[in-house]
Amino acid sequence: MRILVVGGGTAGTIVANNLARRLSAETRSGKVRITMLSASDRHMYQPGLLYVAFGQMTPDQLYRDQASLLEASIEFHVDPVKQFQLDQKRVLTEGGKVHEYDILVIATGSRMVPEETPGLNEGAEFFYTEASAVKMYKRLREFKGGKVAVAVGVPHKCPIAPVEVMFSLHDFFKARGIRDKVQMKYYYPIGRIHTIENVAIWAKPEFDRLGIEYETLFNIKEVDAKNKILKSEEGIDVEYDLLIVIPAHRGMEVIERDNLGQGGWIPTNRHSLTMNGHDNVYVVGDTTNLPVSKTGSAAHFQAEVISENIASIIKVGEPVRDYDGKVYCFIEAGHDRATYAMFNYQNPPDLKPPSKPMHWFKVAYNQMYWTSVRGLL
Amino acid sequence: MSESRVIDARDTFCPGPLMELIGYMKHAQVGDELELLSTDKGSSADIPEWIKKVGHEMISIEKVEETWHIKVRKAK
Repeated sequence: MRILVVGGGTAGTIVANNLARRLSAETRSGKVRITMLSASDRHMYQPGLLYVAFGQMTPDQLYRDQASLLEASIEFHVDPVKQFQLDQKRVLTEGGKVHEYDILVIATGSRMVPEETPGLNEGAEFFYTEASAVKMYKRLREFKGGKVAVAVGVPHKCPIAPVEVMFSLHDFFKARGIRDKVQMKYYYPIGRIHTIENVAIWAKPEFDRLGIEYETLFNIKEVDAKNKILKSEEGIDVEYDLLIVIPAHRGMEVIERDNLGQGGWIPTNRHSLTMNGHDNVYVVGDTTNLPVSKTGSAAHFQAEVISENIASIIKVGEPVRDYDGKVYCFIEAGHDRATYAMFNYQNPPDLKPPSKPMHWFKVAYNQMYWTSVRGLL
Repeated sequence: MSESRVIDARDTFCPGPLMELIGYMKHAQVGDELELLSTDKGSSADIPEWIKKVGHEMISIEKVEETWHIKVRKAK
């Protein structure tokens, strides 16, 4: 039985490690073989990018060697997939190799695509990659005051990030003694300030309290970087001194190129997490088309369901449980306080007031993450 | 000559239907009409608001069983 995991991010790493543990006897006897393909020999803790953008972490702290996170029985290759050939149950890699499989797990993730919006790369700061987060921190350090606009494209990973960045900006400028010289305004594409209704309800009075303005039904159209104007589909022009954008995302290019899913989002059964039309292909993490947040926590909970089911299918011929849409997201709310949003397909989140212990739990989780991806938490 | 189109955004979730509408409006001509089918409650509130904000025309919005039929016309 050949299990192939494509993608070495949170989802793929947890699936591979969980499977290796559950199927340790089978891998030792050679009955099962687990292979992972990744584009990188490093694993990035992506939530750390927000900390890098505010000078609270340095980039080196984001990474661990991917091989060091994997169970010894996993065969790991830094050789991304060039083409999926699902009908033939195999993939072709950039390195020219062919990997045949009996069970495939696609965990290729998502990426920001600012280049699809005219002027965005030239005019805005981002924090969704190492380079952009470091650049944003340098811009923030030299910023002396003026209008800060934060705008959001859809879809994007980490839905909580837009709200968290506002609180981080408030604290950052306050600590530098220039908060009164900064006007902060938040622009969001739908009719409330957050896609998760209870987060919008919680965040609105927080924004009001901190003097953060907001405008809804604002969809980014283009940026006139020379004149520092952000333009919306609704015909609104916003002058800014500093523009921070969470750009729209797509799945990986190979997913679109191979017609596995429009926009790179693969049609996935919301409970079994199998790819529509392919019962031997599982899809996990950002690259699904599921109506759940694209977050590490969703990837984690999905990965647990998938690895439990694959192991059970191998051992007893049947899966054992469904994914219920579970997501758990910390929300850093500024001032060393945090809260969290825990929800699933049926139950929206019930946000508690932010607290210091929850912030310290998040800070601890920044390190505990490395135990999570080993499949131990 | 104005065109009329139907986009089926049923079983997609906020902000999916609104994004389908915005994508359509970008390429449509003034006078073109769209009927958007949606099962998402949030979008059934957001879309009329967005149409009003931008200055397009809301022709009608009707719920038939679980589906909202939202008819709009590009006005500018």
